[in-house]
Amino acid sequence: MAREQWATRIGVILAVAGSAVGLGNFLRFPGQAAANGGGAFMIPYFISLLVLGIPLCWAEWTMGRYAGIRGFNSAPAVYAAIWKNPLAKYCGAFALLIPLVVYMYYVVIEAWCLGYAIDYLNGNLMQVKDADGFSSHFSDFVGAGENGALLTGSSPLVWLVIITFICNFVLIYRGITKGIEAFCRIAMPLMAILAILVLVRVLTLGTPDPAKPDQSVAGGLNFMWNPDFATLAKPETWLAASGQIFFSLSVGFGIVINYSSYLRKKDDVALSGLTSNSMNEFFEVCLGGLITLPAAFIFMGMAAGEQGTFDLGFKALPNVFALMPGGQFFGFLWFFMLFIAAITSSLSMLQPVIAFLEEGFGLKRHASAALLGLIAALGCGFVLYFSKGLGALDTFDFWVGTMLIFVLALIQTLIYGWVFGIHKGHAELHTGAHIRVPWFVQLIVKYVSPIYLLVIFIGVCATTGPGYVKTMTENPVVMGSVAFIGTVFAFLLLMIHIAGRRWDAQGKFENIQELHD
Amino acid sequence: MTIEAILIMGISVGAVVSLVSFCLYRVLTLPPVEEETLKGPLEIDTRDTQDAD
Repeated sequence: MAREQWATRIGVILAVAGSAVGLGNFLRFPGQAAANGGGAFMIPYFISLLVLGIPLCWAEWTMGRYAGIRGFNSAPAVYAAIWKNPLAKYCGAFALLIPLVVYMYYVVIEAWCLGYAIDYLNGNLMQVKDADGFSSHFSDFVGAGENGALLTGSSPLVWLVIITFICNFVLIYRGITKGIEAFCRIAMPLMAILAILVLVRVLTLGTPDPAKPDQSVAGGLNFMWNPDFATLAKPETWLAASGQIFFSLSVGFGIVINYSSYLRKKDDVALSGLTSNSMNEFFEVCLGGLITLPAAFIFMGMAAGEQGTFDLGFKALPNVFALMPGGQFFGFLWFFMLFIAAITSSLSMLQPVIAFLEEGFGLKRHASAALLGLIAALGCGFVLYFSKGLGALDTFDFWVGTMLIFVLALIQTLIYGWVFGIHKGHAELHTGAHIRVPWFVQLIVKYVSPIYLLVIFIGVCATTGPGYVKTMTENPVVMGSVAFIGTVFAFLLLMIHIAGRRWDAQGKFENIQELHD
Repeated sequence: MTIEAILIMGISVGAVVSLVSFCLYRVLTLPPVEEETLKGPLEIDTRDTQDAD
């Protein structure tokens, strides 16, 4: 089989940036900033970007290309190629579990965005008149009232998920170049244009209600950016900033290491990694930071800052569009943009498992896409059925989309810093590089990043862990969701074990070719 | 809007826009790699969708 490769330099950058840019950039970041000191939040945020985000991304890009040019694309094989230890390939189970399970609920959220975009297009959402109406619309739409409500109720969500699912699999089936790269080359500029259109609309709103002069564009921007430096003394602020960088850049998702394995030997990773990170920051700081909360503040006042991610996106913002001149059009643009952002992310979650099925079992893309589709559909059905209070979705998001990515990031950092080696890593990073990366970045990855990751992980465990563990023992849906995750994990470990035996029989890791200039 | 808010917003947005502009300028002005001149993205046939199953 011919080795898959990215066709263009900008294609891989857009694909990695597309993977990172998602709902978190537009909905999670503004909420985190407002709740943690406003403008002051940007100080720990940028420090985390420099100390944690960019160095870890470079490490992933470097290891991925190193293994890729030696013929390894899936995380279990990449780790085994770098770390000559029988346990190495099993560490790759995390890099398969995370994108697979995140895909299972992310595709549902993606379908929410599509549903809201359609509802704005046909004017349905403009019929809702008050905050309670938007709240109950969301609850009915996602089936939050009762488990199984989506199967018996009138919500079209199941059909929207099926459509979204098919869109994803059509694109992933077409492969790296014709599917992911071709789509991201159109989707990313389109997303930027749509978001800029909404931004211009928000920044030209003025003071819509003369009776409330404080609720203006300037007031909204002030609400988002006015710094409260006292919050810098609180550890929670630093924890939130580090967490936001971590989630936003998709570090520890097992995606970048897979994407970069399709690079050629002389392809740049230093400038490409920095460019994809900077694009993600553009969508987050320049678009998310200027649109979401300022718009919500202009129409809702201080109440805008009290919303969670989903509440802000699917309850508060529809209120804003209902009151905004041209709200139907801009509501459609906004949710369609979120839908595209979500597709570029969900696509990237499928490729790591596809790569493993192809590499581990010699399956062609048709067969591996079909098998993955079956597994993903099971999980997706689980999330759709257990919709009461978004129980399954929330549990998947916490245990896999939050906790396990720390574990995988830590594993990757240790493999890079202490097994691969920072001298080798530095040399590998600069092969074909178009920018120079200072040596201290390697020292950061080896010494600072693991400690930093551990501190954040312990902080997240301490602040949110006990509540989730308590809920798990009390709520059978939560317990069932954790059991589901455990079953998928065990299945992946078994698959990796079988694939490992095939690789051993083929002598795949016996003579890993050292490539020289 | 307070001066502090304007400053932090301006510095944050300005820094990110500068960084992304620098990166995109460098990427887009690089000479194309050899393969790019030979094959467009939609012309590469990775052959993994043929003879499936």
